[in-house]
Parts: sequence; C-alpha cells; structure tokens
Amino acid sequence: MSDPILELSGIHTDIAQYHILQGVDLTVPRGGVTMLLGRNGVGKTTTLRTIIGHWQAKSGSLRFNGAEITTMPTPARARAGIGFVPEDMGIFSDLTVEENMILAAASGPLNPARMQWIFEAFPPLKTFWRSEAGNLSGGQKQMLSIARAMAEERQLYLIDEPTKGLAPAIISTMAGALRDLKAKGASILLVEQNFAVAKALGDTAAVMDDGRIVWAGEMAELASDADLQERLMGLSMEAH
Amino acid sequence: MTTAAPDHAPKYAQLSLPDRIAKVMPLLLVPLLVIFGFLSIGSTSSWLTLTVSGLAMGMMIFIMASGLTLVFGLMDVINFGHGAFISVGAYVGISALLALESWTGVPSLLLNVAAVLAAVIAAMCVTGALGWGFERVIVRPVYGAHLKQILVTVGGLIVIEQLIQVVWGPDEIFLTRPEMLKGAVTFAGAAIEKYRLLAVVFGLVLFVAMRLVLKRTKIGLIVRAGVQNGEMVEALGYRLRLVFIGVFVAGSALAGLGGVMWGLYQEVITAGMGEEMMILVFIVVIIGGLGSVEGAFIGALLVGLLQNYVAFLEPKLALISNIALMTAILMWRPQGMMPVVKAK
Repeated sequence: MSDPILELSGIHTDIAQYHILQGVDLTVPRGGVTMLLGRNGVGKTTTLRTIIGHWQAKSGSLRFNGAEITTMPTPARARAGIGFVPEDMGIFSDLTVEENMILAAASGPLNPARMQWIFEAFPPLKTFWRSEAGNLSGGQKQMLSIARAMAEERQLYLIDEPTKGLAPAIISTMAGALRDLKAKGASILLVEQNFAVAKALGDTAAVMDDGRIVWAGEMAELASDADLQERLMGLSMEAH
Repeated sequence: MTTAAPDHAPKYAQLSLPDRIAKVMPLLLVPLLVIFGFLSIGSTSSWLTLTVSGLAMGMMIFIMASGLTLVFGLMDVINFGHGAFISVGAYVGISALLALESWTGVPSLLLNVAAVLAAVIAAMCVTGALGWGFERVIVRPVYGAHLKQILVTVGGLIVIEQLIQVVWGPDEIFLTRPEMLKGAVTFAGAAIEKYRLLAVVFGLVLFVAMRLVLKRTKIGLIVRAGVQNGEMVEALGYRLRLVFIGVFVAGSALAGLGGVMWGLYQEVITAGMGEEMMILVFIVVIIGGLGSVEGAFIGALLVGLLQNYVAFLEPKLALISNIALMTAILMWRPQGMMPVVKAK
C-alpha cells in the first residue's frame, strides 16, 4: 500500500471553551474517497476545518504527503495541494460565477481544459457565467463551490456535506462530478450524511463519535453490516 | 463518466420590479437630493454654487473614507486612528507647498500643478509609511477585539496629534492656494471656485480608478472576496494578511491625500482637523454600508450636498443634518445602503 496522503495523530482542537476534537487519529489513503461519518455534532466539520487550518489544533500531529503541517497557515496548506469545500459553500455572493472561478485559480489564469471538464460536469455554471453568484439556486451554488475546488489540480479535497438540502437530480450531478474527480486520481475526504451517496462513492470510511474516530475500515464492510452501523451511528443504512 | 445537470435544474432567479428598484434606490438618492435642493433654494445660481461645493466636499470625504471602509470590511478592524493620517497628510503636504512657494506663487499652471503633485506624493508616502507602522505596532495586537481596537487606536490618534504639535507647533497654519487655483469661474450666473471644480473632477477620477482596480484586477477581486469571506479566500491559497496590510497602507495614503485636499479647501490646518473629520467619515462608512466603496461614495456625496443645502436654508440645522441623515438611512436600511459585510 502506498504512503497515505494525510495522517492525523492525536489531534485535539478547542473552539472557545469547548473541547471538540479529543484525540483524532485518522489516515486518508492516497487516491479514492474516504468517508468521514457520524452523528451530528461529533466533530466531522471541526476535523475538516482543523485540516485546512481554519482552526488550529491544540495538540497532536497533522502530516500531509509526509510533511508536518500542524502549525502551517491556511494559505500555505492550500498552496501545498489541499482544496476545501465548506459546509456553507463559502461562495462570494457579490462576485460573478466567472470572478469566483478566477479567484479559485490562485496560481495563474484558468486552465481551458479544466474549465471544459468543469462545464461538462456542471452546465449551469456556463449558463450563468456572468451572473452574480448570490443569485444562483442552492444547487448551483454547491456546483460552484465544488467547481472552485476543481479549478486547480489539488492532491486532496476536503468536502463537507455537498449534497445537504439538494434535490435528488442535483445530488446525482454532484456524485458524478466527485466520481470524475476520483477517476483523475485525486484523494477525497468527504463528510456526508446521505448514506446512499456515501455507499456509492466511498472506498474507505471512518466513523466519529465524541470527537474521536471510533471505527475505520473499508466502506463496503460498513455498508454490509447493519449491526455495525447501528452500534456506531445509531442508524442502519438499509433505512436509507 | 460525467453526469450532466438535468434540464430541469433550477433557473436563475428573476428579481421582481420593486426588488430591482430597491436595489438601485441608493443610486437615485443623490439626484433626488439635488432636485430637492433646486426646488428648495429657488435661485439657480445659489443652487449651482452650493451643489458644486457639496459635491467637492463629498469627494474629499469619500477619499478619506474609502480606505477605512475596506479596512473594516477586510479585517473587522475599527480604526479611530484614521483621523491621524488626515492631519499628518495635511501637515506634510502643506509643508511641501510652503517650501515650494516659488512654484505656487507664480501664475503658471505647470509649476502650480507640479507643486501640488509634489505635495500630494509627499503626503501619501509619509502617511502610507505611517499606516504601515500603525498597523504593525497598534492594530496587529488587537485583531478580533473591538473594544481594545477603539481604545488603542484612539490612543494612537492622540499621540500622533501631540507629535504634530511637537513638530509643527501648536498654532494653526494658514495657507493660500497656488495662484492658478485661486478665484472662481462664472457659469449660469453662479460663481464657482476653481478649486472646488478641481476637487470634484479629481474625486471622480479617483473613484473610477478605484472601481477599475477593484473590479478588473485580481488583487481587486481578492479584496472584494476578502471583505465577504476572508476565511474562504485563505482556503484558496491567498495570504489575506498581506492584502490587508496593503489595503491599510493604501487607505492611510488616501487619508493623507484627503488631508492635503481638505487643507487646501479650508486654507487652514490644525492638528485636530483629522479627528474633526472622522465624525463625517464614520457617518459615510456607516450609511454607505460596511466594506462598500460604492456605498461610501454615495454616502459622501449625500453628506456633502445635504450639509451645504441645509447650511444655506436653515443654518442652525446644519450641525445635525448629517446625524439626521444617518438616522433616516439606518431606519430605512439598518445595515447601510450597500452593505458588503453583514453587521456582526
């Protein structure tokens, strides 16, 4: 097995007076999709925000491509090859779709071949290219948010609940784009509450509870074991 | 495999007519106020003089306010020390003009413009450098703490005002404008000061240039995006702290420029002039909407015009006219006319 792209060891993160992450140990393999699962409020979003650097880990170690990044500022982590799609999408609503994409290409002009690929994955972005992003629908905003992360080649994508609140047809578009991204060799750490999507996309999975990883393994193993799902998350995938 | 978005994907929301009017309403306020002034004043020549005077005053306030609104929008920093840059800019610029008296005292457009340009460049360089030091020493330790920001930046303002008195003395300095900027031109029976016309043109050029930089350049995009969501800009790989320092320095330099222009307008400068101007500058930033350069521009024109009209129509009300304007606008739009940053 090749070296993991990302390793978290004993990560603790506080937000104000709250001790949210209480020793997270997580390994994200190179290539493929790792699902980060768990009930609401167990620390999934905090884990992603700690990895990108929006919240600094109080202790523990974060290694990306074998290099220590625990104290590295957010922009340096992004330039090292980590893309981030936050839960609230982080769209610049007063900027046009075009301006959002230009900003996403931090290292230079937009790559025409990549843009072609993005337009094929998300046709509405081409239609509303010069429209203010704030006027897009929820699904279109989510497309833009993911497209922005795809504008430059990244080694690891951190994506937080991309299908939340979206219509089934849009969810299928999102899943298709993520599958495309995976096929191009990217590694994805995906937080997802929709188990059907998790089951379809995930190669490996990690389940969180109370600020820790309580189970890690193959997604297929978790998907096929209703008792395990019930024990870890209080849910059965069969119900979804 | 790529999955294309379905044909029935949600369509771009069309704004209703009332919503579209509401969106452009702030832009209509300036012409509405000008028409109100015309109807109230009666005399065309007086109205024209007051309108040009109000626009000139508004442009100068805008130049002073534009940096402050971006600084607030980008890093949530309330900088009461901004007034110090106005005063220092005025003193440095006017000192340069006084030193170049042989250029300003002759009726030569070329020499007069060269002297004013030299004064402006000197003022902007000094206030830009002062802004850089102010950010490093005073503002940086108090990021994220509004109360501390107010206390230390007011402290910084007082210290700089005292230093001005140490360097230039406690007395006000009177000056005369360069020869070619003295006097007035007559138009439609109204005498319009040349300097006021120049201030209007200069302010307009600066506003257009600022808009071009913000709309057409990548650094402008980063600034606009940073005002909305700084965290996301950093997640895309941009060092927002560096951008902020750049904006702080540019905003300080613009305040210095505004100080020179205001000094030439009033023909007298004092160490406390920046502090006095900050009341109007804050009104403009608040009614314009935090973080909005366009909002600050419209707000500054409204403040300048209203002050001039009211001072003519009812002098006793001039002092409260701008506070009344701010109250009315905040009752109409509690977050200002064109907010970019949502109130925290």
